[in-house]
Amino acid sequence: MESDEGLLRRLRAGDEGAFVTLVERHNGAMLRLALSFVPSRAVAEEVVQDTWLAALRGLGGFEGRSSIKTWLFTILVNRARTTGVREARSVPIGDAGPVVDASRFGPDGGWAVPPEHWIEEAEDRIDAVKLSELLRVVLDTLPARQREVVLLRDVEELSSADVCQVLAISEANQRVLLHRGRAKLRQALESELGGAPR
Amino acid sequence: MRIRFPRLRARSRVTALVCQQVVELVTDYLEDALTAADRRRFEQHLAGCPHCTEYLAQMRETIRLSGRITPEDLTPNMRADLTDLYRRWQAEG
Repeated sequence: MESDEGLLRRLRAGDEGAFVTLVERHNGAMLRLALSFVPSRAVAEEVVQDTWLAALRGLGGFEGRSSIKTWLFTILVNRARTTGVREARSVPIGDAGPVVDASRFGPDGGWAVPPEHWIEEAEDRIDAVKLSELLRVVLDTLPARQREVVLLRDVEELSSADVCQVLAISEANQRVLLHRGRAKLRQALESELGGAPR
Repeated sequence: MRIRFPRLRARSRVTALVCQQVVELVTDYLEDALTAADRRRFEQHLAGCPHCTEYLAQMRETIRLSGRITPEDLTPNMRADLTDLYRRWQAEG
Protein backbone atom coordinates (compact mmCIF):
# COMPACT_ATOMS: atom_id res chain seq x y z
CA MET A 1 0.00 0.00 0.00
CA GLU A 2 1.34 3.39 -0.96
CA SER A 3 2.14 5.57 2.05
CA ASP A 4 0.16 8.71 2.79
CA GLU A 5 3.38 10.64 2.26
CA GLY A 6 3.78 9.23 -1.23
CA LEU A 7 0.18 10.11 -2.02
CA LEU A 8 0.74 13.59 -0.69
CA ARG A 9 3.69 14.08 -3.01
CA ARG A 10 1.60 13.01 -5.98
CA LEU A 11 -1.29 15.17 -4.83
CA ARG A 12 0.98 18.20 -4.67
CA ALA A 13 1.97 17.45 -8.23
CA GLY A 14 -1.72 17.67 -9.20
CA ASP A 15 -2.63 13.98 -9.28
CA GLU A 16 -6.38 13.55 -8.84
CA GLY A 17 -6.01 9.79 -8.36
CA ALA A 18 -3.85 10.41 -5.30
CA PHE A 19 -6.60 12.57 -3.83
CA VAL A 20 -9.21 9.87 -4.42
CA THR A 21 -6.99 7.28 -2.74
CA LEU A 22 -6.53 9.52 0.30
CA VAL A 23 -10.27 10.02 0.41
CA GLU A 24 -10.90 6.28 0.24
CA ARG A 25 -8.43 5.76 3.03
CA HIS A 26 -9.58 8.40 5.50
CA ASN A 27 -13.08 9.55 4.64
CA GLY A 28 -14.90 6.84 6.62
CA ALA A 29 -13.04 7.58 9.85
CA MET A 30 -13.51 11.32 9.33
CA LEU A 31 -17.23 10.84 8.83
CA ARG A 32 -17.52 8.78 12.00
CA LEU A 33 -15.59 11.36 13.98
CA ALA A 34 -17.70 14.20 12.54
CA LEU A 35 -20.88 12.39 13.55
CA SER A 36 -20.01 12.73 17.22
CA PHE A 37 -19.94 16.51 16.92
CA VAL A 38 -22.96 17.28 14.79
CA PRO A 39 -26.58 16.19 14.96
CA SER A 40 -27.04 14.62 11.57
CA ARG A 41 -25.33 12.65 8.88
CA ALA A 42 -25.99 15.39 6.33
CA VAL A 43 -24.19 17.95 8.48
CA ALA A 44 -21.38 15.48 9.15
CA GLU A 45 -20.88 14.95 5.43
CA GLU A 46 -20.70 18.72 4.95
CA VAL A 47 -18.11 19.02 7.69
CA VAL A 48 -16.06 16.26 6.08
CA GLN A 49 -16.22 17.95 2.68
CA ASP A 50 -15.22 21.28 4.23
CA THR A 51 -12.31 19.48 5.82
CA TRP A 52 -11.09 18.06 2.52
CA LEU A 53 -11.33 21.47 0.90
CA ALA A 54 -9.44 23.09 3.78
CA ALA A 55 -6.82 20.36 3.52
CA LEU A 56 -6.38 20.95 -0.21
CA ARG A 57 -6.07 24.68 0.37
CA GLY A 58 -3.64 24.07 3.21
CA LEU A 59 -1.49 21.56 1.33
CA GLY A 60 1.36 24.02 0.98
CA GLY A 61 1.44 24.68 4.71
CA PHE A 62 1.42 21.04 5.82
CA GLU A 63 4.88 20.36 7.15
CA GLY A 64 4.53 16.72 7.95
CA ARG A 65 5.17 17.14 11.66
CA SER A 66 2.14 14.97 12.31
CA SER A 67 0.72 12.18 10.18
CA ILE A 68 -1.70 13.15 7.46
CA LYS A 69 -4.46 11.39 9.34
CA THR A 70 -3.82 13.43 12.48
CA TRP A 71 -3.67 16.59 10.40
CA LEU A 72 -7.00 15.80 8.71
CA PHE A 73 -8.64 14.96 12.06
CA THR A 74 -7.38 18.21 13.58
CA ILE A 75 -8.87 20.26 10.75
CA LEU A 76 -12.08 18.29 11.00
CA VAL A 77 -12.54 18.82 14.74
CA ASN A 78 -11.92 22.54 14.35
CA ARG A 79 -14.48 22.73 11.55
CA ALA A 80 -17.00 20.60 13.43
CA ARG A 81 -16.71 22.79 16.49
CA THR A 82 -17.34 25.95 14.53
CA THR A 83 -20.57 24.63 13.04
CA GLY A 84 -22.22 25.86 16.24
CA VAL A 85 -23.84 22.60 17.25
CA ARG A 86 -20.91 21.45 19.21
CA GLU A 87 -21.22 18.01 20.73
CA ALA A 88 -24.90 18.38 21.31
CA ARG A 89 -25.20 15.03 22.98
CA SER A 90 -22.32 15.37 25.39
CA VAL A 91 -21.71 16.63 28.88
CA PRO A 92 -18.25 17.81 29.92
CA ILE A 93 -16.64 14.54 30.99
CA GLY A 94 -19.31 12.13 29.97
CA ASP A 95 -20.65 10.78 33.20
CA ALA A 96 -19.54 10.11 36.71
CA GLY A 97 -19.42 7.20 39.12
CA PRO A 98 -17.52 3.94 38.99
CA VAL A 99 -16.97 2.21 35.66
CA VAL A 100 -17.83 -1.19 37.04
CA ASP A 101 -21.20 -1.37 38.73
CA ALA A 102 -20.78 -1.10 42.50
CA SER A 103 -23.16 -4.00 43.00
CA ARG A 104 -20.50 -6.31 41.61
CA PHE A 105 -18.28 -5.74 44.66
CA GLY A 106 -18.71 -6.85 48.25
CA PRO A 107 -18.48 -4.58 51.29
CA ASP A 108 -14.70 -5.18 51.42
CA GLY A 109 -14.27 -3.88 47.86
CA GLY A 110 -13.50 -7.33 46.47
CA TRP A 111 -15.32 -8.85 43.51
CA ALA A 112 -18.68 -10.37 44.47
CA VAL A 113 -19.70 -10.92 40.85
CA PRO A 114 -16.33 -11.32 39.11
CA PRO A 115 -15.81 -10.75 35.40
CA GLU A 116 -17.17 -13.61 33.33
CA HIS A 117 -14.74 -15.25 30.97
CA TRP A 118 -15.16 -14.31 27.34
CA ILE A 119 -11.73 -13.71 25.79
CA GLU A 120 -11.43 -17.20 24.33
CA GLU A 121 -14.96 -16.92 23.07
CA ALA A 122 -14.04 -13.69 21.27
CA GLU A 123 -10.93 -15.23 19.75
CA ASP A 124 -12.66 -18.41 18.64
CA ARG A 125 -15.55 -16.52 17.24
CA ILE A 126 -15.74 -17.18 13.54
CA ASP A 127 -18.09 -14.29 13.08
CA ALA A 128 -15.55 -11.54 13.77
CA VAL A 129 -17.55 -9.18 11.61
CA LYS A 130 -20.54 -9.45 13.90
CA LEU A 131 -18.37 -8.78 16.91
CA SER A 132 -16.89 -5.66 15.44
CA GLU A 133 -20.40 -4.60 14.40
CA LEU A 134 -21.46 -4.98 18.04
CA LEU A 135 -18.56 -2.80 19.18
CA ARG A 136 -19.36 -0.22 16.55
CA VAL A 137 -22.95 0.00 17.74
CA VAL A 138 -21.88 0.35 21.38
CA LEU A 139 -19.27 2.93 20.41
CA ASP A 140 -22.01 4.99 18.80
CA THR A 141 -23.96 5.00 22.06
CA LEU A 142 -21.09 6.40 24.14
CA PRO A 143 -21.26 10.03 25.22
CA ALA A 144 -19.67 12.07 22.43
CA ARG A 145 -16.41 12.94 24.14
CA GLN A 146 -15.77 9.35 25.24
CA ARG A 147 -16.60 8.17 21.75
CA GLU A 148 -14.18 10.64 20.18
CA VAL A 149 -11.32 9.53 22.40
CA VAL A 150 -11.96 5.79 21.99
CA LEU A 151 -12.39 6.23 18.26
CA LEU A 152 -9.12 8.09 17.85
CA ARG A 153 -7.08 6.04 20.30
CA ASP A 154 -8.34 2.48 19.94
CA VAL A 155 -10.02 2.37 16.54
CA GLU A 156 -7.75 4.74 14.61
CA GLU A 157 -4.77 3.95 16.83
CA LEU A 158 -3.47 7.48 17.21
CA SER A 159 -0.93 8.14 19.94
CA SER A 160 -2.17 9.72 23.13
CA ALA A 161 -0.29 12.94 22.26
CA ASP A 162 -2.00 13.09 18.86
CA VAL A 163 -5.43 12.52 20.39
CA CYS A 164 -4.84 15.37 22.82
CA GLN A 165 -3.79 17.59 19.93
CA VAL A 166 -6.75 16.68 17.73
CA LEU A 167 -9.34 17.17 20.47
CA ALA A 168 -7.49 19.95 22.32
CA ILE A 169 -7.79 18.19 25.68
CA SER A 170 -5.29 17.39 28.41
CA GLU A 171 -3.67 13.99 28.88
CA ALA A 172 -5.48 13.55 32.18
CA ASN A 173 -8.83 14.38 30.63
CA GLN A 174 -8.13 12.00 27.80
CA ARG A 175 -7.40 9.19 30.22
CA VAL A 176 -10.66 9.73 32.09
CA LEU A 177 -12.67 9.66 28.86
CA LEU A 178 -10.79 6.64 27.58
CA HIS A 179 -11.30 4.82 30.86
CA ARG A 180 -15.05 5.31 30.84
CA GLY A 181 -15.46 4.52 27.17
CA ARG A 182 -13.35 1.36 27.22
CA ALA A 183 -15.09 0.08 30.33
CA LYS A 184 -18.45 0.27 28.57
CA LEU A 185 -17.12 -1.58 25.55
CA ARG A 186 -15.69 -4.28 27.82
CA GLN A 187 -19.02 -4.61 29.60
CA ALA A 188 -20.81 -4.93 26.27
CA LEU A 189 -18.48 -7.76 25.26
CA GLU A 190 -18.98 -9.49 28.58
CA SER A 191 -22.74 -9.20 28.26
CA GLU A 192 -22.65 -10.53 24.72
CA LEU A 193 -20.11 -13.30 25.09
CA GLY A 194 -19.95 -14.16 28.77
CA GLY A 195 -23.59 -13.75 29.70
CA ALA A 196 -25.01 -10.83 31.62
CA PRO A 197 -23.50 -10.34 35.09
CA ARG A 198 -26.82 -10.89 36.70
CA MET B 1 2.83 37.53 59.81
CA ARG B 2 1.89 34.03 59.05
CA ILE B 3 3.62 31.33 60.86
CA ARG B 4 3.91 28.24 58.83
CA PHE B 5 3.90 25.06 60.72
CA PRO B 6 5.71 22.19 59.20
CA ARG B 7 3.14 19.82 57.83
CA LEU B 8 2.75 16.76 59.91
CA ARG B 9 3.57 14.05 57.53
CA ALA B 10 2.01 10.86 58.61
CA ARG B 11 4.27 8.30 57.10
CA SER B 12 1.89 7.31 54.33
CA ARG B 13 0.98 3.83 55.20
CA VAL B 14 0.98 1.70 52.12
CA THR B 15 -2.39 0.08 52.16
CA ALA B 16 -3.25 -2.64 49.74
CA LEU B 17 -5.63 -1.86 46.90
CA VAL B 18 -8.99 -3.55 46.73
CA CYS B 19 -10.53 -4.83 43.49
CA GLN B 20 -12.95 -1.94 43.25
CA GLN B 21 -10.02 0.50 43.24
CA VAL B 22 -7.98 -1.61 40.86
CA VAL B 23 -10.60 -1.53 38.10
CA GLU B 24 -10.62 2.27 38.31
CA LEU B 25 -6.85 2.37 37.83
CA VAL B 26 -6.68 0.05 34.84
CA THR B 27 -6.45 2.79 32.23
CA ASP B 28 -3.86 4.77 34.16
CA TYR B 29 -1.91 1.54 34.43
CA LEU B 30 -2.14 0.78 30.72
CA GLU B 31 -1.29 4.38 29.88
CA ASP B 32 1.70 4.25 32.20
CA ALA B 33 0.32 7.15 34.21
CA LEU B 34 0.62 5.64 37.69
CA THR B 35 3.35 6.69 40.09
CA ALA B 36 5.98 4.03 40.65
CA ALA B 37 4.51 3.32 44.10
CA ASP B 38 0.96 2.96 42.77
CA ARG B 39 2.16 0.80 39.94
CA ARG B 40 3.77 -1.51 42.48
CA ARG B 41 0.59 -1.66 44.54
CA PHE B 42 -1.42 -2.33 41.40
CA GLU B 43 0.85 -5.16 40.33
CA GLN B 44 0.97 -6.60 43.83
CA HIS B 45 -2.79 -6.77 43.83
CA LEU B 46 -2.86 -8.44 40.42
CA ALA B 47 -0.37 -11.05 41.55
CA GLY B 48 -2.87 -12.30 44.11
CA CYS B 49 -6.15 -11.64 42.31
CA PRO B 50 -7.21 -13.75 39.32
CA HIS B 51 -10.38 -11.71 38.81
CA CYS B 52 -8.59 -8.40 38.41
CA THR B 53 -5.99 -10.12 36.24
CA GLU B 54 -8.87 -11.32 34.09
CA TYR B 55 -10.37 -7.83 34.05
CA LEU B 56 -7.10 -6.34 32.84
CA ALA B 57 -6.75 -9.01 30.15
CA GLN B 58 -10.31 -8.29 29.03
CA MET B 59 -9.52 -4.60 28.80
CA ARG B 60 -6.55 -5.38 26.57
CA GLU B 61 -8.74 -7.64 24.44
CA THR B 62 -11.38 -4.91 24.21
CA ILE B 63 -8.75 -2.50 22.90
CA ARG B 64 -7.54 -5.09 20.39
CA LEU B 65 -11.07 -5.75 19.15
CA SER B 66 -11.79 -2.03 18.88
CA GLY B 67 -8.84 -1.79 16.51
CA ARG B 68 -10.71 -4.12 14.18
CA ILE B 69 -13.71 -1.83 13.75
CA THR B 70 -13.58 -0.81 10.13
CA PRO B 71 -14.80 2.49 8.76
CA GLU B 72 -17.71 2.42 6.39
CA ASP B 73 -16.96 2.38 2.70
CA LEU B 74 -17.05 5.51 0.67
CA THR B 75 -20.47 5.87 -0.95
CA PRO B 76 -20.57 6.55 -4.69
CA ASN B 77 -22.26 9.88 -3.90
CA MET B 78 -19.53 11.03 -1.58
CA ARG B 79 -16.88 9.93 -4.01
CA ALA B 80 -18.54 11.95 -6.78
CA ASP B 81 -18.95 15.00 -4.50
CA LEU B 82 -15.32 14.87 -3.45
CA THR B 83 -14.04 14.41 -6.97
CA ASP B 84 -16.06 17.49 -7.93
CA LEU B 85 -14.63 19.33 -4.97
CA TYR B 86 -11.11 18.45 -6.08
CA ARG B 87 -11.76 19.72 -9.60
CA ARG B 88 -13.28 22.95 -8.34
CA TRP B 89 -10.28 23.45 -6.08
CA GLN B 90 -7.93 22.91 -9.01
CA ALA B 91 -9.89 25.41 -11.04
CA GLU B 92 -9.40 27.94 -8.23
CA GLY B 93 -5.80 27.94 -9.36
